[in-house]
Parts: sequence; structure tokens; C-alpha cells
Amino acid sequence: MATIEVNGKQLEVDEEGYLADLNDWEPAVAEVMSKAEDAELTDAHWEVINFLREYYEEYQIAPAVRVLTKAIGKKLGKDKGNSKYLYELFPYGPGKQACKYAGLPKPTGCV
Amino acid sequence: MADVKKFLYVNRKAPYGTIYAWESLEVVLIGAAFDQDVALAFIDDGVYQLVKGQDTKEIGMKNFSPTYSALGDYDINKIYVEKESLEARGLTIDDLQHLVWEDEDEDWAEKDSIKVVTASEMAEIMDQSEVVLSF
Repeated sequence: MATIEVNGKQLEVDEEGYLADLNDWEPAVAEVMSKAEDAELTDAHWEVINFLREYYEEYQIAPAVRVLTKAIGKKLGKDKGNSKYLYELFPYGPGKQACKYAGLPKPTGCV
Repeated sequence: MADVKKFLYVNRKAPYGTIYAWESLEVVLIGAAFDQDVALAFIDDGVYQLVKGQDTKEIGMKNFSPTYSALGDYDINKIYVEKESLEARGLTIDDLQHLVWEDEDEDWAEKDSIKVVTASEMAEIMDQSEVVLSF
């Protein structure tokens, strides 16, 4: 299995770069992953990443994009609960990219 | 939309010990992306899937029961539980998780998703569904 190096530790990831073990996650994981994709994480990114981690904690799944969009809108405000805003933050897809940075599995149903 | 079909996912097995319950839930969540008319039925040991306070530590399996609470977010709000199956197991609706959905048309009012129905009502529901998937 492939690994990424975070703070001197080797963490296992799957073939698409998602963490093999959710419990390996720490904020530095998101930093390392985003750097590898030439993305810079702002507070706005972190808001979504933290939201996803909380969602997973509560429901044990990574939400579908449609559900994520609606839930973000409810929690963080309507101006953020739309796909334009989320795709600007995560051009590879808010589901896939943000879930990866958050250490979650790929959203259920995502191909 | 003209091609919306009425789907019914029928769950008859206990949540753990086999993969059916989790597989069914995953298919439901994936299928929710296709804007169909989706309902879930819980019959026989399937009613145990919705029992609250599940703890899977001792059996080393992931406790996926919190995921049922996300069904409302996926606009799945027709969850039918068979009354006879509950009674045969000494359960009532109070032993089940309280699943709700928010009605967008009524200022996001929270409404109950679970409805306890009799075996004959369940038969009627199955009869009216166009696609029935059994797990």
C-alpha cells in the first residue's frame, strides 16, 4: 500500500490517496495532501473540512455532494451552501477532494 | 419527471452477522442521487436494524446505525416498520431510533420518518411499489 509522510510518520493511503485509517488523521494530513495537489488551505477550506469530520462523526458516512451542499447552507449560511462556492474551494469536487483532506473515505456512491 | 419510479427497499435481516443491512443502506444512499421515489420497509429481524442504542464493540464491527439518521438529509422519509414484527420481538416504536426529516415547504419543520404499519398495510405498500429490492 502507498504511504504519505506526515510529521515524520508514514501513513497508509489507498490507490486514490484516501487515508486507509481514519484514526491516522491530524490537521497536518490535510496540509500534506493539499500541498501535493498545489492547493492552499484557507480558513474557508478548513470550515468545510471540519464540517465533514463532524458529519462523519455523527452519521458514520461521508455525505453526497447534494447533501453536503444543503447541510453547509444550513450550518454556515446560504452564501456557502451552493455548489459554485464549494467547487471554487475544491475544484476536484467538494466530495472527493474535501473528504480526502478530512481523512474520510470517498463519499458513498462517488465514482 | 416522467421516469420517476416507486422504489421499495425491503429489509428482513438483523443488522450484524451478515452484510445485508449495511449493503442495503449503502444502495439506498447511492440510489438517492437518482431522484426516485424511495421508501424503506423493515420486516422480521430487519426491525432490529432501527433499534436505538446499538453497541458493536464486542463483535468488532462498525456500528452503522447512526447512518439511518442521515436518511432525512437524503430526502428519504418513508420508513415503514411492520407492527407484527415489532410485537413478535417484544419491541415498540419507542425502542427504535427517532428518525426525522425536515419539510422544506413548511419552514424546515421536523417530521417523523418512521411509520408503523400492519402486515396487510405493508402488503399494500409492496403492491403499489414498482421496484421492490429485498435484502
